[in-house]
Amino acid sequence: MAIGWFLVVSALIFSIGAGGVLVRRNPLVILLCLEMMLNGANLALVAFSRMWGGEDGQVFALIVMVVAACEVTIGLGLVVAIYRRRLPIDVDELNELQG
Amino acid sequence: MSATTAGWLVLLCPLLGCIVIALGYRVWPGRSAGWIATLAIALSFVFSIIAFAKLLSFTPSHRELTSTLWNYNVSAGVDAKLQILVDPLSVFMILVVSGVSTLIHLYSVTYMTGDHGSRRYFSYLNYFVFSMLLLILAGNFLLLIVGWAFVGAASYLLISFWYRRTTATRAGIKAFVINVVGDVGLVIATFIIFHHTHSVQFLAVFHRTPLVFAHNGSPIVIACLLLLVGAFAKSAQVPLHTWLPDAMEGPTPVSALIHAATMVTAGVYLIARMHVLFEWAPTAADVGAIGGCLTLLIAGTVALVMTDIKRVIAYSTMSQIGYMIMGVSLGAYSAGLFHLMTHAFFKALLFMAAGSVIGAMAGEQSLDRMGGFRRALPFTFICFVVGGLALSGMPPFSGWLSKDDIIGFADHRGGAFLILGIAGYVGALLTGIYTFRMIFRTFFGDPVPEALELEHGHLAHAEVPRNPMTGEEEDTDVGFPGPEHFIAEREWPMKIAMGTLAVLAVIGGLIQIPGVDDGVTKFLAPTFANSKYAHVEVGAGPAWVGLVIGALIAIAGIAMAFRIWIRQPGTAARLRERFGAVYTFLWHKWYFDELIDFLIVRPTLWTGRLVDSVGERSLIQGLFTGGTTGAVRAGSAAVRRAQTGFVRYYAALMIVALGGVALYFLISSS
Amino acid sequence: MSAVLFFIAAIGAITAAIGVVTLRNPFYSVLALAVHLVSLAALFLLLRAEFVAAAQVIVYAGAMMVLYVFVVAYVGGAEPLASGAVLRVLGPLFALALTIELCIAMLGAGLKGVSSRGAPFIPGFGTPAHIGRLFLTAYLFPFELASILLLVAAIGAVVLARRRRGLDTDEQAQFQVRVPRPAYTGTMAEGAGVRSSAHEEQLTPDVQRVGTTSDESAAATGHQGGW
Repeated sequence: MAIGWFLVVSALIFSIGAGGVLVRRNPLVILLCLEMMLNGANLALVAFSRMWGGEDGQVFALIVMVVAACEVTIGLGLVVAIYRRRLPIDVDELNELQG
Repeated sequence: MSATTAGWLVLLCPLLGCIVIALGYRVWPGRSAGWIATLAIALSFVFSIIAFAKLLSFTPSHRELTSTLWNYNVSAGVDAKLQILVDPLSVFMILVVSGVSTLIHLYSVTYMTGDHGSRRYFSYLNYFVFSMLLLILAGNFLLLIVGWAFVGAASYLLISFWYRRTTATRAGIKAFVINVVGDVGLVIATFIIFHHTHSVQFLAVFHRTPLVFAHNGSPIVIACLLLLVGAFAKSAQVPLHTWLPDAMEGPTPVSALIHAATMVTAGVYLIARMHVLFEWAPTAADVGAIGGCLTLLIAGTVALVMTDIKRVIAYSTMSQIGYMIMGVSLGAYSAGLFHLMTHAFFKALLFMAAGSVIGAMAGEQSLDRMGGFRRALPFTFICFVVGGLALSGMPPFSGWLSKDDIIGFADHRGGAFLILGIAGYVGALLTGIYTFRMIFRTFFGDPVPEALELEHGHLAHAEVPRNPMTGEEEDTDVGFPGPEHFIAEREWPMKIAMGTLAVLAVIGGLIQIPGVDDGVTKFLAPTFANSKYAHVEVGAGPAWVGLVIGALIAIAGIAMAFRIWIRQPGTAARLRERFGAVYTFLWHKWYFDELIDFLIVRPTLWTGRLVDSVGERSLIQGLFTGGTTGAVRAGSAAVRRAQTGFVRYYAALMIVALGGVALYFLISSS
Repeated sequence: MSAVLFFIAAIGAITAAIGVVTLRNPFYSVLALAVHLVSLAALFLLLRAEFVAAAQVIVYAGAMMVLYVFVVAYVGGAEPLASGAVLRVLGPLFALALTIELCIAMLGAGLKGVSSRGAPFIPGFGTPAHIGRLFLTAYLFPFELASILLLVAAIGAVVLARRRRGLDTDEQAQFQVRVPRPAYTGTMAEGAGVRSSAHEEQLTPDVQRVGTTSDESAAATGHQGGW
């Protein structure tokens, strides 16, 4: 398959993830959608690495995976902390950083 | 020692006295501050005599000496120096000022004993004498203005000396505000003169005046009118006179020094010093003469009805200064200054004697409560009578010769000035009446309880100290008068001071008897050599006619007072009933206070309130500070709406922005 | 053959993605994401990125999804939440717009290699050896940074989620939440004098309410001269 197809798939995955971030209210699901967006980006990176023939894109994709892992760790830690405080697990309710 | 060095030392002594007393005010025990102050002024008097003697060693045409201590700013177009001018006029004035001041300081040493603020008092008094001497000795307009302003400040400090009395502080403020009006006139006049003559030094200005100003042209007339504003404010002439009666809130020696002998004569000195300018602007000089004449009549009539003994003497001062101003405005310089000298003597004497009477009355100042002190206060009585006779113009006292010198000159100039001369005689009649009204009411008649107590040797003393004007209760701590009262019979410093002045009031006139000698005129001749009246002489014949008329009028006045208050008691009450409206008009001092309140004070307060509510609140707070902050707040409120706190909203923004950026790149690359 | 595999993997990925977004139960969303990740691994394999595919399966699908499962089991949150009205419509719209734009950007930008099948294949492309060599030579710095980042994240997670001492009972947790804040501290809104309706009940009664929820009235009341 031509590289272009992979890129279209990557764009679709990224957009679906973006839409999910905008639409869902559960922070856990938002984090999941965030993961999806990162995966879309990974796919694009790997596709381009195939296109160019060098593994730089794949290295980049691995680093992105590391970052995603860290971010998930922290994000889930936050969600756990919020849950422990008996606050609602709803992104629309957690809106005090405003003004 | 040269005359100018003596001049500088004359200035230095009171200044040092002031600083020494002020710096050690906690330390000086008992009366020592007073003695230091008196010593300082006595030294100043000694140096004045030395300056006088040294000046006489020059030939008459060389008796204008200047001395510069340093240059403030001498550059193109400006010549500001610390410079004194020692010439006959200034030496004459400093002799009078320092001499009378020494005696008044001596009197004050006793008078202010026991007052908790006596050290402050002597420091202020020395500061005042320094300022007055600075004003007199100034060789250029700058030092004149400095001395002028200092004198006003000293006057304020001393009038509101008993600062816990609201009447005193209000009087101080009133005096200061009116003085400032005069200061403004003086400063603007200086500027106009500087603008035309390009110099601030007196001698240079006087030389250039005929060259740069048109005779009786607008600039010089306006400048002289503004100088008159300054002179009238300082010398309490109508319409800037309302501060002087209120200034009697200060201690009696202060009234004697500042408001009789020295500060109020600053206006006379100013006109005499600026005689070149005034002669070049006859319109302004005539305005001055008319102003002086009006004042002497108005003040004379008001003094007829005043009941506070100090205020009677204050209006008398106003009236006599009116004579002096009239004199120097008409060109009778030596006559006016002669009257200044004699007036200093007998007016200070009168105030000192009044202080003694007030002491005997334990602080009470109203004539209504006084009577029959003749046996209780013999020395004070004699001094009062001597002063009163000199004031009324009775021969051979000094006041007779000096007052008629002025009136004689007015008559000599003739024409419309004859009216001024006749007004002068009317004023003399009034003077006799009100002076002896005061004397007869205080010393004749049935003795009041305080007088009876005193005859038995016991000085009355008030259980509850009160404000003599309003009757409010006070205490005797700092800021109020001290608990002790003093009479001249018991205190030798007061006796010496009053005695000296009484002798001077009697013999002081003998140096200028028409046809016999003219000591004052001869001495002052060098200063006034460039005056157009320098060679005008009232002949001995007309002068003696004037003197005789003056004497007759004085006797008539005293006789009228005798009739009303002694011969037929009750006449005063009957006159008051009959001329009720006139009495009320005079009692309200011709309604000048009310007029000024209506014309000036209320509009000013109204403007102030308006500016506060509109300018300050609406404009500055509302529009500028409030508006600016409001704009910033509104702007930041608008921006703040982007920070909603909703994560998804932020995410949406980010995605839209991302899309926008990508779109931009797409479009720009295609 | 590869085309067929591509389409299976692609459709699987996209379907699972849509499933993540639309499934109500977060547990199901996690499972859908796991499927999505495996499909993506397949796509990576099709692109000859062996190591990345393996890492994807092991790290992403293996470790992270397990972590997610644990947290979802602990937290729960299976209630049907209605999303905010505006974004419910705008969200998909933005996503659609983004898709179109990205596709245009990638396909229409004139990249020559897009229509090809990729560069000529070098043996060892995508193997751990090549990638390892790159990590330790050209990309050493990012490699080290990434390891530091992992360390930071691990410490941070422990700090965030630890149980504080003494916070055992419900009441104390309640107290922690409801502690009255002094006026004019706290949020930026408070500092600017604006209160939102969500906060009204958290204020103590004697704290002055300066403004209302709308910002215009806040700006207006600011003029009142209460300096």
